[in-house]
Amino acid sequence: MTAKKKEPAIEGWFTMDSDKPHLLGSKCCDCGTFYFPKQKNFCKNPSCNGEEFEEVKLSRTGKVWSFTNSCYKPPEPFVAAEPFVPYTIAAVELEAEKMTVLGQVVEGVNVSDLKAGMEMELVLDTLYEDDESEKITWKWKPVSA
Amino acid sequence: MSNDIAIIGVGMHPWGKWGKNFVEYGVKAARDAIKDAGIDWKDVQFVSGAATMRCGYPGYVAGATFAQALGWQGAEVNTSYAACASGSQALAAARAKILSGECEVALVVGADTTPKGFLAPQKGRRPDDPDWVRFHLGITNPTYFALYARRRMEMYGDTQDDFAMVKVKNAEHGFSNPYARYKKKFTAEDVAASAMVADPLRLMDICATSDGGAALIVCSMEYAKKIGKADAVKVAAISTVTPTYASSVIEMPDIATDSGAIVDAQSFRAALPVKAYEEAGIGPEDISLAEVYDLSTALELDWIEDLQLCERGQAAQLVREGATKIGGRLPINTSGGLACFGEAVPAQAISQICELTWQLRGEAGDRQVANANVGITANQGLFGHGSSVIVKK
Repeated sequence: MTAKKKEPAIEGWFTMDSDKPHLLGSKCCDCGTFYFPKQKNFCKNPSCNGEEFEEVKLSRTGKVWSFTNSCYKPPEPFVAAEPFVPYTIAAVELEAEKMTVLGQVVEGVNVSDLKAGMEMELVLDTLYEDDESEKITWKWKPVSA
Repeated sequence: MSNDIAIIGVGMHPWGKWGKNFVEYGVKAARDAIKDAGIDWKDVQFVSGAATMRCGYPGYVAGATFAQALGWQGAEVNTSYAACASGSQALAAARAKILSGECEVALVVGADTTPKGFLAPQKGRRPDDPDWVRFHLGITNPTYFALYARRRMEMYGDTQDDFAMVKVKNAEHGFSNPYARYKKKFTAEDVAASAMVADPLRLMDICATSDGGAALIVCSMEYAKKIGKADAVKVAAISTVTPTYASSVIEMPDIATDSGAIVDAQSFRAALPVKAYEEAGIGPEDISLAEVYDLSTALELDWIEDLQLCERGQAAQLVREGATKIGGRLPINTSGGLACFGEAVPAQAISQICELTWQLRGEAGDRQVANANVGITANQGLFGHGSSVIVKK
């Protein structure tokens, strides 16, 4: 049995570098404000008329702002494994970008393992599999783990 | 110049899962409000409806739908949609019409019939829609409420027992409210025994969705005098401000906050009442009671602080002291709140004002707060919609 092809669950939102992945955001060429997901047309800073953006790799580590879990299977378009396995979720603050990004936390890390301020890093993991491929997303992982 | 308008009539349809057409709830609430005002339906010159997105075309044109159901009589109509703040925007439209002199008396009405089960996004693959993205990645509505709740625990030392006390308090308040859906005096044990949904929030920490309807009759102060209601409760302020960039708190349905790297980060919830206080010339120290949007038990605590009714991080202490109960020094959600009602989106902001009106008139029965002079509401919905309304004697 051959390994399934790995594909991003959402195209263009993160690098597929399995060692040191980054979220792909954008930065306004005029005022320098960061965006995730990418802003493509008009800057949302009310004092800026910027219309040009460059793609930037966002910091791949940050600190926990808050965290929770999902004890029940979410509705579609979530694709759940059967039986459903609860997962942990973290909101992580990126220091340079001063931005909080949500994501699932890697399997095996529970709510009781997390604290606000804890250092987290971005990793790639499976969101779900279909017949042809493994759909990849970003997840947060405690740096110490 | 005073920008006050009078609330001369209020009416509601009981919240529940009745499964009827939303129009029926709205018309019942409107007829009650008209009767309460002591006017004739044909005296109403402007119908300001709060829209529902779940009931097809009649819901999109709610103002006209209610006007037709009450019997076309030539009134002008308006329909507002602003998620949870729809009712407040409908009220703001009525106030603008009254203060500009274009009409004297207006009906503000909203009602909803909610589908069974979870609220889910529209079908189809849509990676440009943040609502689609977050559900695809497994981020549901309770996720956001739970992140806020956990943040309180981490920052201020709040506990799940504190959150349970909010539910117990609201259940006690709503017990005798004839319009509440859940009328049971739940205990802290009941909350603790309910299923964990999104740690630290259990099923009984999170509000349900309901059917319901609420309506107001509002008018110019001159009209109120003319019909002998010069001492009616007044709308002193309506704030429907949008957030100021950059928004610092992760908001449903977004996957990330704005970046505060270039522009300082702001809190939207805290900004909402600021404009209301300024407009009313009233401060937090003048507030007798508040109706706040308790989508979760912990969120009620955030609102108490956002309304500046206590220092940041102190709201749980108020609950522990019993200050937020009826009979305490700062009763919160005397109606029973969303905990006892469940959310009927276009009716909810209007129902908050109904409760404050009954309280300020001294007509709240078993729920009556002594010496209620000034009340404030707060709510927030998707995409930068929110409202805060101040009602005074």
